[in-house]
Amino acid sequence: MSLIELNGVAKAYGDLLALDDVSLSVAAGEWLSIMGPSGSGKTTLMNLIGALDTPTAGTVVLDGHDLSRASARELTQIRRQTIGLIFQKFHLIPQLTAIENVMVAQYYHSLTDRAEAFAALERVGLAERADHLPRQLSGGEQQRVCVARALINCPKLVLADEPTGNLDEENEAQVLRLFAELHQGGTTLIVVTHDPAVAALGGRTVKLSHGRIK
Amino acid sequence: MFVKLTARSLTRSTAHWLLALTVALGAALTTAITTLVAGSAEQVSQQLKVYGSNITIRPQQAAALDELYGTTGSATLSLAALPQIKTIFWAYNILDFSPFLETTAQVDGQEVRVVGVWFDETLTTPAGEELTTGVHPLRQWWEVDGEWASGSAAMLGQNLAATLGLPVGANLRMAGMPEIPISGVFDSGGEFDDAVLLPISLAGQLAGDADAANWVEVMALTTPDNELARRAAADPQALSAKDWETWYCTAYVSSIAYQIEEVWDGVVARPVRQVAQAEGEVISRITQLLLGVAGLTLLATAIAIANLVTKSVLERSAELGLLKALGASNLAVLALVEVETLLVAVVGVGAGMVAGVGLAQWVGWQAFGSAVAAPAAVLALLVALLLLAVLLGTWPAGRLLWRLKPQEVLHGA
Repeated sequence: MSLIELNGVAKAYGDLLALDDVSLSVAAGEWLSIMGPSGSGKTTLMNLIGALDTPTAGTVVLDGHDLSRASARELTQIRRQTIGLIFQKFHLIPQLTAIENVMVAQYYHSLTDRAEAFAALERVGLAERADHLPRQLSGGEQQRVCVARALINCPKLVLADEPTGNLDEENEAQVLRLFAELHQGGTTLIVVTHDPAVAALGGRTVKLSHGRIK
Repeated sequence: MFVKLTARSLTRSTAHWLLALTVALGAALTTAITTLVAGSAEQVSQQLKVYGSNITIRPQQAAALDELYGTTGSATLSLAALPQIKTIFWAYNILDFSPFLETTAQVDGQEVRVVGVWFDETLTTPAGEELTTGVHPLRQWWEVDGEWASGSAAMLGQNLAATLGLPVGANLRMAGMPEIPISGVFDSGGEFDDAVLLPISLAGQLAGDADAANWVEVMALTTPDNELARRAAADPQALSAKDWETWYCTAYVSSIAYQIEEVWDGVVARPVRQVAQAEGEVISRITQLLLGVAGLTLLATAIAIANLVTKSVLERSAELGLLKALGASNLAVLALVEVETLLVAVVGVGAGMVAGVGLAQWVGWQAFGSAVAAPAAVLALLVALLLLAVLLGTWPAGRLLWRLKPQEVLHGA
């Protein structure tokens, strides 16, 4: 059964066509890798699937919701309930500790639960760093906090944009191991990457070029 | 979590101190100016009293003749009744008063003009209050060679002194009177320069009536005239009951004059229009000018806040965009920034207002030699206006925040 269905999706920014007639289906529990050169439309596709943006043409259906017709409020609600986001630059709130950064996602989803947030950090191997501020953590540790934040609300879909782009080899391996665990647990994963080795871990790879799927 | 997000942002960011300082400076200046406007009208009015009396009391008959024929006739007021004016509702606003009695006397075969006044009369009011009053405060601008008279001394106008050849310290010999020492020669700008000023008791002996005065001049501390006062001055009876009460219970020069007429039968009390109007206009213009400056200060504060909060939102766009990406609504993110700003503003407004009231007191002591009242209602209104300025100042940042798209600030290397 498909969790995501894209049909004839196009996204234009003025005269620039970032995505052109993209159709794609992603099954629940699938690990999909998206590859392509810079400017090929990877991030635009991520934004559409992640309910951060709406298409200029075509339909995007996520977990039964037609995102192309959703209001800004509905998109916020879908992001809150269905999606976990992981960014290349981590984007942790600098004044909050690791555990508080995880709890922020709980707060906007439902209720905060410190024990649950601690368990998420434990799962990514950061229990001892729970009360550290982002600036006191290494890049790999910050990305693992980001992963803990993405999975805290048990989302159906985890979207990761270049999750290992800023990590060394050891931290990259740790993050990818976490992704594998998530995948085994039934979470749908979409990973945007430049790295063929990372893409190869997915069950399927979609390659974009000039806004189209090759 | 909202509290934690707000508290951490406030305690771990130095940008907020700059905002607090800006708000405090704006609040201090606005408070100081507004406090001076609200609290110093009385002091300014008091300063303007150097220009003399602002109410003249005449016998009804003399006033009527004056209006009809331009002459006052021979009607007089009774000195014994004069202390009654200190029994009106605004008794404490009557700062000084003196009777005037015009007569003539023979000096070395010349007829000279004599004006009887109180120089420093000590009297007891019907309420039992003892006070000293006299002509000196009513004519502070006179240039006096020698000293102001007291006791049974006399003062000579400069023209008369020159005519008679009598210097300060000489004795004045008037027909039928004992010799009177001359304590001072004055330049009144023409008004009494050809007259001799005597204690009214001596002038009364010359006039043959020890209890008489032609008119009384009163210096009262008044509220500057406004539209209501002008309507009342035209005809108090034409006011509505509510307006009448407001007018009667406000220290307008016209209501004080009206109350004098109420307690003293047979007199007409009239505001000296030039003084009352000039005073009202001066205070009104100073008030308008200062309130204009206060308004501009508020506007400048709002603009400075707008710049600082917008800059802060731009700097924190990734953090605020992240909250939206995690599922925070526009309203929730806006509330976070507004609450942070308002908390900082409250600290700034509080500190600024304390400093502003202090500054107003300092200016009050420097300019008037006394403290300036800071009315609670004015301060409460200022708090509301300052917080409104803060809210208006956050408007551009709020619009920016509302339109902030997380996808535009979160992706990329």
